[in-house]
Amino acid sequence: MKELLQVSASPHIRAKYYDINQAMRLVIIALIPTLIFSTYLFGIRALIIVLISIITSVVCEAVTQRMLGKEITIADGSAVLTGLLLAFNLPPGVPFWLPIIGSAFAIIFAKQLFGGLGYNFINPALAGRAFLMASWPSAMTKEWLAPINGTLSGIDGITSATPLNLLKNPSNYGDPNIIIKQLNDFTTIKSLFIGKVGGCIGETSALLLLIGGVFLIIIGIVDYRIVIGYLGSFILLALILPTKGSLLFHLFSGGLFLGAFFMATDWVTSPITKKGRWIFGIGCGILTMLIRVWGGYPEGVSYSILLMNVFTPLIDRLTKERIFGEIKKERKK
Amino acid sequence: MAKGFSGGVHPPEEKHTEKTSIEAMPLPKRVYIPFSQHTGKPARPLVEKGAEVKVGTKIGEADGFISSPVHSSISGKVVDIKRHPHPVVGESLCCIIESDNQDEWEQGVKVKQNYESLTREELLQIIKDAGIVGLGGAAFPTYVKLSPPKEKKIDTLIINGCECEPMLTADHRLILEYPMGIIEGARIFQRILDAPRLIFAVEDNKLDAAQILKKEGVEVVILKTKYPQGAEKQLIKAVLNREVPRGGLPMDVGCVVQNVGTAYAAFQAAKYRKPLIDRVVTVTGDGVKEPKNLLVRIGTRAIDVINHCGGYTNPPKKIIFGGPMMGIAQFSEEVPVIKGTSGIIVWTSSPTFQEGPCVRCASCIDVCPMGLMPTEIYKFVQNRNFQEAEKFGALDCIECGCCAFSCPAKIPLVHYIKFGKAEIRRLKQK
Ligand code: SF4
Ligand code: SF4
Repeated sequence: MKELLQVSASPHIRAKYYDINQAMRLVIIALIPTLIFSTYLFGIRALIIVLISIITSVVCEAVTQRMLGKEITIADGSAVLTGLLLAFNLPPGVPFWLPIIGSAFAIIFAKQLFGGLGYNFINPALAGRAFLMASWPSAMTKEWLAPINGTLSGIDGITSATPLNLLKNPSNYGDPNIIIKQLNDFTTIKSLFIGKVGGCIGETSALLLLIGGVFLIIIGIVDYRIVIGYLGSFILLALILPTKGSLLFHLFSGGLFLGAFFMATDWVTSPITKKGRWIFGIGCGILTMLIRVWGGYPEGVSYSILLMNVFTPLIDRLTKERIFGEIKKERKK
Repeated sequence: MAKGFSGGVHPPEEKHTEKTSIEAMPLPKRVYIPFSQHTGKPARPLVEKGAEVKVGTKIGEADGFISSPVHSSISGKVVDIKRHPHPVVGESLCCIIESDNQDEWEQGVKVKQNYESLTREELLQIIKDAGIVGLGGAAFPTYVKLSPPKEKKIDTLIINGCECEPMLTADHRLILEYPMGIIEGARIFQRILDAPRLIFAVEDNKLDAAQILKKEGVEVVILKTKYPQGAEKQLIKAVLNREVPRGGLPMDVGCVVQNVGTAYAAFQAAKYRKPLIDRVVTVTGDGVKEPKNLLVRIGTRAIDVINHCGGYTNPPKKIIFGGPMMGIAQFSEEVPVIKGTSGIIVWTSSPTFQEGPCVRCASCIDVCPMGLMPTEIYKFVQNRNFQEAEKFGALDCIECGCCAFSCPAKIPLVHYIKFGKAEIRRLKQK
């Protein structure tokens, strides 16, 4: 035999859809329209923050891996994605050092020290954001920018609060009844949907996030169970809980779509069982709405997801898949 | 109506030879017939070096209940009995026969028989003596499957014409070209089992085959094209919506599944007393000049088969016996075609996959047709925690390969799970 034949285990073919690197790239691609739109809304500043965050993530990943004596895997795109998502969760007016600290924390403490990609149990970007929230709360909640051709609140004349802030404390800004009415007004909802209101860099346009998210569900990277569970339970609570915001207002404001489509669905930190993914999504939806209605913060998306991340191992343990042929209908007989 | 089971994948079909008629390959100069070609104990050699044999001469006798005899596939002389590369077990004892080019058949073989009047026991004996095993790949002795214990009443016989493995077309061609033989064979099984219902299962990418069978008046169920539709348990689920219990067999839900090739072989055994000495093999892949569906004598070496198909296009990198999902990569082109060889795939390039960390994407879980959590099993096997691996159902794995196929981290999950299964069994025996 002139050449050695390769002997390897079956199967001998692999799905062409995507490997990890391609999957990361596809998620990034799905977020790019939002990035472009946000740059248009908030100016080049938003783009710079995103770039700083990404570069810090990648550099931190490489350096920590180097120091831990591991293979450097920055080419897989996961650090880029973490940086991007972290920046998307920052107000556009934050000082430039903030994303540096945030993504360094995300990569070094929330990801690499747990063993790197696949082993971290909480979403690094959200951990980075939570860390910044705890350490520099004023920078994280005050540095809003009004979008071009729009207002921060979505309401003319009120420029110092985001819509969810307004909903939480309307009396700080004027006559609460009028403000609430204006918030639930069709024009405000439309601005929210298209994204012409203030907020974090990546949570502006519900429409673009929806398009990107649905694209990821269709190609199978994002699991529909988490998204539907999240949005479904959220909608249900928005309808039955005593909140001043209308259903559409709640749906399109804040980071709900960014969270439901792009962060709760993070592979590593969400459950692997099918039932578990339903529970996880539903849990996120319930917590988000509870925080919005009764919590101390106007927005609850990222804390809800973080909290559910912590429960992920437990959910996995409690919800096994049903093995084919397992006797299930014993009782019925 | 297309039906299905949960999980599964859609690998590219690449069934390039589906329009190529079955062609009988000329006699090879030598055959290398292993005594072990089936699940169970190898056959006991009956001939010695120097013996003259004809086509159909029994050269190995079944040894025990789960075993099967083997027959000479050409006429000539036994030149040696020694170890030779084997497509499944690496190496095994083989009877090497040199052809006298006469193709002289054993007495009584190929003479038309009237089998309609035979009793069930007689038919069963014929199938056993003909050395018939499952031709779908598992090579389980057919007569064993046809002899369920008395208390297991079989109500349905399913003839499996799914051929869900990509690239393979042998069964498809067989249905198109020999539908009557297959149907007759199926009726023989049906009689032996005393099963009231006979169903042919075909995937909807072979509607022409389904049509032909339907025209003959048999019940045909058309299933969605999805891998592994042809796996026994998934097939029964899709056709009858019955679930074989864990650790159980199809007969536990009143079913027996036989492959179309097996049915055809049984027909030939009953009608012509012809033992299983040849089978249809799909020879394909970018490494063979003329891909074909070939009727090959058992024991013909891969290299002879490939040479008959015009030889290699370019130096081969990988030779697979079976399909791309479950087939076995060979280390030598000397390996012979055995009863369970459904295809020979030759590739001139073979991508190697860089194994990454598990990113918990759960694709493997979503596609596993057995409802397992391959990622968990693989992690337990890696940590040599075989007890947990078993608790998570490692032994239920049918090694279909869906999980590894769809894993974005390219983890060879099946490889780990197979190893885990072997270890679990070994620990149990202790
Ligand atoms: S675990 Fe086994 S049965 Fe499940 S997909 Fe993998 S190979 Fe198939
Ligand atoms: S498909 Fe691969 S990466 Fe995804 S969960 Fe399974 S083993 Fe992990």
